[in-house]
Amino acid sequence: MKIAVKINDVQREFSITPGETLLELLRREGYKGVKKGCETGDCGACAVLLDGRAVNSCLVLAAKVDGHTVVTVEGLEKNGELAPLQEAFLDTGAVQCGYCTPGMLIAATDLLAHNPDPSEEEIKEAISGNLCRCTGYVKQVEAIKLAVQRMRGGEDA
Amino acid sequence: MPSREEERREFNVVKHGARKVDGVSLVTGRPKFTADMDLPDTLYVRILRSPHAHARIVEIDTSEAEAMPGVALVLTHKNTPTRRFTTAGQGYPEPSPYDTRMFDTKVRFVGDRVAAVAAESREIAEAAVKAIKVTYEELPAVLSIDAALAPDAPVIHDEDDSAGIYDAARNIVADVDIDVGDVEKGFAESDVIVETVCELQYAQHTPIEPHVVLSYLDPDGRLVLRTATQVPFHVRRIVAYALDYPLHNIRVIKPRIGGGFGTKQEILLEDIAALTTLRTRRPALIELTRPEEFVAARTRHPMRVRVKLGAKPDGTLHAMEMEAISNTGAYGSHGLTVLSNTGSKTLPLYNKAENVHFYGKAVYTNLPVAGAYRGYGATQGYFALETAMDELAEKLGLDPVELRRRNHIRAGETSPIFVKLGEGREGVEQIIKSCELERCIEIGMARIGWAEKRGKKIREGSWVHGLGMAVHMQGSGIPQIDMAAATIKMNEDGSFNLLVGATDIGTGSDTILGQIAAEVLGVPLEKIIVYSSDTDFTPFDVGAYASSTTYVSGMAVKRAAEKVRSQIVDVAAHVLDADPETLSLGDEGVHAPNGKSVSLAEVCHYAMYKSDQFQIAATASFVPEESPPPFVASFAEVAVDTETGFVKVVKFVTAVDCGTPINPVLAEGQMEGALANGIGYALTEEMLFSSRGRVRNPNLFDYKILGALDIPPIEVILVDSYEPTGPMGAKSIGEIGINAPIPTIANAIYDAVGIRLRRTPFTPERVLKAMRNKE
Ligand code: FES
Ligand code: FES
Repeated sequence: MKIAVKINDVQREFSITPGETLLELLRREGYKGVKKGCETGDCGACAVLLDGRAVNSCLVLAAKVDGHTVVTVEGLEKNGELAPLQEAFLDTGAVQCGYCTPGMLIAATDLLAHNPDPSEEEIKEAISGNLCRCTGYVKQVEAIKLAVQRMRGGEDA
Repeated sequence: MPSREEERREFNVVKHGARKVDGVSLVTGRPKFTADMDLPDTLYVRILRSPHAHARIVEIDTSEAEAMPGVALVLTHKNTPTRRFTTAGQGYPEPSPYDTRMFDTKVRFVGDRVAAVAAESREIAEAAVKAIKVTYEELPAVLSIDAALAPDAPVIHDEDDSAGIYDAARNIVADVDIDVGDVEKGFAESDVIVETVCELQYAQHTPIEPHVVLSYLDPDGRLVLRTATQVPFHVRRIVAYALDYPLHNIRVIKPRIGGGFGTKQEILLEDIAALTTLRTRRPALIELTRPEEFVAARTRHPMRVRVKLGAKPDGTLHAMEMEAISNTGAYGSHGLTVLSNTGSKTLPLYNKAENVHFYGKAVYTNLPVAGAYRGYGATQGYFALETAMDELAEKLGLDPVELRRRNHIRAGETSPIFVKLGEGREGVEQIIKSCELERCIEIGMARIGWAEKRGKKIREGSWVHGLGMAVHMQGSGIPQIDMAAATIKMNEDGSFNLLVGATDIGTGSDTILGQIAAEVLGVPLEKIIVYSSDTDFTPFDVGAYASSTTYVSGMAVKRAAEKVRSQIVDVAAHVLDADPETLSLGDEGVHAPNGKSVSLAEVCHYAMYKSDQFQIAATASFVPEESPPPFVASFAEVAVDTETGFVKVVKFVTAVDCGTPINPVLAEGQMEGALANGIGYALTEEMLFSSRGRVRNPNLFDYKILGALDIPPIEVILVDSYEPTGPMGAKSIGEIGINAPIPTIANAIYDAVGIRLRRTPFTPERVLKAMRNKE
């Protein structure tokens, strides 16, 4: 079957096979920033924004996104400029291997879009479905706080 | 050796928390990982795995699978090389036994390889795997250390073509026994003696990127393995050997890797991918699924460790004995060396004891294969050693901190264990040249509030608080074995290519090696283009393991940079008509005392295009003579719920001496990640098995690694020292942090509720049971 999806601001059409997941579709179509860690919804590496909310794309059937909007990590940059979250991840050392990073950034993007001034607990809650084996989350939480600060016109704004 | 001046020198690039050189590509999701490359005509490979813990393959019928449309190749023991090798990616000759075949006629654990299918799609490959008919003759299975060592135990490696097994008939992979002084006499002369036995569980690395390899033929027909590995050069050597295929026709590329922690120090898939591509002339992709990763990748060696300590009334240790029995699972990968490290990375810490005995065995079982895992045996040893030290302190009526202070090794001192026990063989003599453990202890005590809270058993409802501590050392590479090389070449805009075999697996080693080169060459980090690792284009390096990269590869980079610097100075001397001895490098130029300068770009232009033309470039190697240990003092505050047995870590503080932190932000990150992993290992992580040896929780839902909400406040304090044998004073830091949580938390639980937990993980059930038994 054929579906129409807006991905990273570009309207696209794909033929999909029955049972194909959004994760499989996206990776097949070159959105390699969407990572595969478990295919069971337990790790968050495959997270994308679906109509603005973070979802694990391994749990979404591609057929279900017909007519919807998807943003992957590749869509976070705007006009060649990194998003404040991406900058903050770099500045705080929140990226180690970087395999969880796309999903983490997506979860944080969702959070800040709906809650521009989250508490530390809310930050941890927002990324609690994104497993990272490298960082212990210390610097990722720090990064999200820094992005919040900068977006609110604090340091370095 | 550096002068005191160099030691105190300010750095321009080193010791700064520079952004990672590969950071931008990672936060933007560029296709940098193994599976991110699409090649036309790629075959998808799936592996048929054994449903039995121990069985002989009587018959294997692949005809139906082979006849399926879309199936390109089926591999079994009937049509693959039979040479035995080790999957352990270690230096040559590997200290692990050659006990593994690509596909064997016998399976030795649930999940062992039986066959592989390469097909046009994953779906077809999976269907074809199911269509393979295998008749097994089941054999009695060995599912514990005790069962393996029982008289008349079934023999797991009864084949006659394995090599390097200590005693196959008794399921013993390796045996270690070393002595210093006379331990029996030592105990007889001791006034206080404690003895403790601790047991550690089966646990998994769970990198978020599972194992993956993509193989293909380049246009000249050479085999390329793009693979998620910590050891590209060992992959090339071992695949060449296993397949009996010329090494020069294999190129191994390590792209970005999604975490390793030891499990990718293993040749797990590359042999199958290589053979598939060579037979079909097509690209082949093998990705482990998460359940396969749990069952068929590698685990930490579960161990039983007994420690006996004898001390004088003032707390000076007089005799120490450690016995370790390690479960290496179905194959002996890293069996001997992990066992050796259990003693060699722990016992030298307390060098005041004159009588020391370390002995142990690594045994085969019909369970998943253990391998290298961050901490590499030391983690297991420290649980027992630091628990025993806590018990000893109590018996002596000493503060546990004070007991450590009276016994730990210091700068200028040595331990006989360094010589007696190395990496699966004799070790190397070394005198500790940098050790700030004393300051680490002091800082840690202050940050956790040791004086105020220790022994107070502060209550909050059903929760009781307690404090615990432990100290640790590790090493920096394997002395006189590990070798690293680096190549630097100069470009005419004053930039440099740094080519390293050192393997960045997410640790940030590309960045810190770039910082070392930039420091020597007097340029900002942006002017160093770092490339790792590719067996065709980068010089040899053993790879990312044994905490070797910062220290060993770092020294190779420093040496290469120094050679390049001296070439630059020679050319500049020519240009400036000055004595090279008087010139200095900095700010991307070379400067003469008379105020004249020439930029690096001009120097390179001159060398490339003007006179006496040559490429400014150098390669240098480094083999360490010793393995300077980083040191850690760790402190935890825990709260134990006396009603549920739940243990909550309230705060975890570590102070670490890793010499000069080349990049303090990345160094902290290494500690934080290792601590988080270690806290999970202490509290929640455990592979569970059915009575027939099948992993019952092979997924990230049932096997609980910590998420952001589970992580307690972690504080890491970098305590600088200066290691004179390391690059800019640095030591390595990759592993040590993971040793800290288990004993530190165990000792804190004792302080809170008076129970000694000697079996990990400390689940509510175990805690509750121990509290009941105490009552
Ligand atoms: S791959 Fe989707 S949650 Fe892990
Ligand atoms: S940075 Fe490696 S998994 Fe998060």
